[in-house]
Amino acid sequence: MNDRPEHFVDTAPWDPHTVEALTPEQERYYLATQWQLMWWKLKRHKLAVASGIVLLLLYASVLISEFLAPYNLHSRDIRHIHAPPQTVHLFHEGEFIGPFVYGYSRSLDLAQLKRVYVEDPEKVYPLRFFCTGDDYRFWGLFEADLHLVCAADRDGATLFLLGTDRLGRDVLSRIIYGARISLTVGLIGILISFTLGIVIGGLAGYYGGWVDSLSQRVIEIVRSFPELPLWMALSAALPVTWSPVLVFFGITIILGLLDWTGLARAVRSKLLALREEDFCTAAQLMGASPGRIIGRHLLPGFASHLIASATLSIPSMILGETALSYLGLGLRPPVTSWGVLLTEAQNMNVVVLYPWLMLPVVPVVVTVLAFNFLGDGLRDAADPYK
Amino acid sequence: MLTYIVRRLFIAVPTLAVVSAIIFVIIQLPPGDYLTTYIAELQSQGEAADSGKIEFLRKQYGLDQPLWKQYVFWVVGMLQGDFGYSFEYDLPVSDVVGDRIWLSLLLNFSTVIFIWIVAFPIGFYSATHQYSWGDHGLTFLGFLGLATPNFLLALVLMYFLRIEFGVSIGGLMDPQYVEQSMSWSKVVSIAEHLIVPVVVIGTAGTAGMIRRLRANLLDELQKQYVVTGRAKGLPNLRLLLKYPVRMSLNPFVADIGNMLPQIVSGSAVVSMVMSLPTTGPMLIEALRSQDMYLAGSFLMFLSVLTIVGMLLSDLALALLDPRIRLGGRAQR
Repeated sequence: MNDRPEHFVDTAPWDPHTVEALTPEQERYYLATQWQLMWWKLKRHKLAVASGIVLLLLYASVLISEFLAPYNLHSRDIRHIHAPPQTVHLFHEGEFIGPFVYGYSRSLDLAQLKRVYVEDPEKVYPLRFFCTGDDYRFWGLFEADLHLVCAADRDGATLFLLGTDRLGRDVLSRIIYGARISLTVGLIGILISFTLGIVIGGLAGYYGGWVDSLSQRVIEIVRSFPELPLWMALSAALPVTWSPVLVFFGITIILGLLDWTGLARAVRSKLLALREEDFCTAAQLMGASPGRIIGRHLLPGFASHLIASATLSIPSMILGETALSYLGLGLRPPVTSWGVLLTEAQNMNVVVLYPWLMLPVVPVVVTVLAFNFLGDGLRDAADPYK
Repeated sequence: MLTYIVRRLFIAVPTLAVVSAIIFVIIQLPPGDYLTTYIAELQSQGEAADSGKIEFLRKQYGLDQPLWKQYVFWVVGMLQGDFGYSFEYDLPVSDVVGDRIWLSLLLNFSTVIFIWIVAFPIGFYSATHQYSWGDHGLTFLGFLGLATPNFLLALVLMYFLRIEFGVSIGGLMDPQYVEQSMSWSKVVSIAEHLIVPVVVIGTAGTAGMIRRLRANLLDELQKQYVVTGRAKGLPNLRLLLKYPVRMSLNPFVADIGNMLPQIVSGSAVVSMVMSLPTTGPMLIEALRSQDMYLAGSFLMFLSVLTIVGMLLSDLALALLDPRIRLGGRAQR
């Protein structure tokens, strides 16, 4: 046994609260606000954090598209039509000369009626960074010509990292510009469907009764429409005389108009439960208006859930826009979205001959995946007390 | 049970009525009607429009009547099996549509079956092997299917099947069978051609289904009766299949209602890309040329398909799950 005497008394002062006292970590945890807890929980979800960063970068790129893109949206190079992507090399004949691309020598294959591009080791075009290239109006406001990267300052030098399309336009630049439209379609659409969902779901859940049954019927009807054919019909109904910008807003509104049902249902079922709570009765007794009770007392209680579900429904809008534009019923050139870019990839020939024209699908997939993962993480984090 | 069916049917009928009204409004939205476009086109080519025929069409379809009368006319006609007149094809709509409706049905039905067959084992595996590499991999694959636009997947798959297996592409059967009557080899040919569209349309739905099955099964697996079963020494597979799996199968039936609009949408686009003789490509064509009765019938058909599908899935669910027919709502 031990060498202590049987009736040992420790002389050190004893604090009877040690058992209850919280360690600093515990204290930090228990005193944290709801949003802090959510943030900590979200941070543990590595995939969601990574997706969030990807999305932030994508949206940040929208702000400086002109600078990031090596060429302008509509710059054409008629000597390089359907040119394949140029690969970046570092070594030329065993000698290091930094990043550069080989120029193309072009010949016509008369048997197959296509242009054949072969890398020409004679033409070494080193890349330039933070360089001057095509002129553009930054945000349509002031003139500039600074680009992140451009082709060598030499006659005939080109930089088509993702190839060119049938008019000799740089696919990479067009993808970067297309992000502007494709990424905002989802945001504006979700704004519309969010507003509709909260208002309709909120009214239905708060008032119940006939308001509730009416909204339920409406939701059932909207949900029973096959989305895409209805989108197609509605966007076919947009007047052809509209300017591309109007069409853009028309399409986003159409996308948003059909998407609010899921959100409305979620809001309604939450509110049906929450309106019976004591704090709600208290607010009513103090004479708060229904709008204030819903907006100030009820909705914030599950705002996190709403944000999560909104995040999860952005992808379907982005995909919807892509599909509509692909079918020629959505956005039309000169507005450039990823869906519009994909219209170039209409048939098998493209898959066989010019596969790089399908590359705009990569950012679509990345964005949709990122939104899905982020939404998953948010949904898990939305209820930090579980 | 009977009251449930009756109640459910009563909901479906007004839904159909409202849906038809909305569709009618939508196809009326573009300014002018087909006849004005038609006349303008003829005049621009320097030909005189056949005023007799136009007058006949205008009378026949009441284009000179107020809108609500046109609507009533359209709905009553549909109920009697007269879907109106396709101006573009100069034929009654029912003649233009022909087989397409059945092929659409076949395509959508096969897709549902495909989703079931694929989602069940994967969802089962993912739930029983939670957080394993297999689970993560399959989940990621499902997400990828969700994120890839259908039409591009269709193009690429078609290409690979062509190159790797020499399966002919496009259409729903080999050309030599189109005019033939049904035979075994024709059935085989159709089945071969169905593979790509079904897989492509099914990917998105499958991903969702897998996730729901996995989540449901995971919930069930933590319940006490499973622990009890294990403690009593039930063989693992038997235990799983007999109780928790059955409990978590609800979404398989319930989600058909949610999935159908998605599948119908998907099949419209994919059919367009692969030029399948289903309703999709013709609908787009009709929408573009303002052939309003044709477009309206297609939209109506697709909506009826979804509504009837949802109705059937609700009824099947009520049949399977006593909690629902005894007054509660579907638990999703």
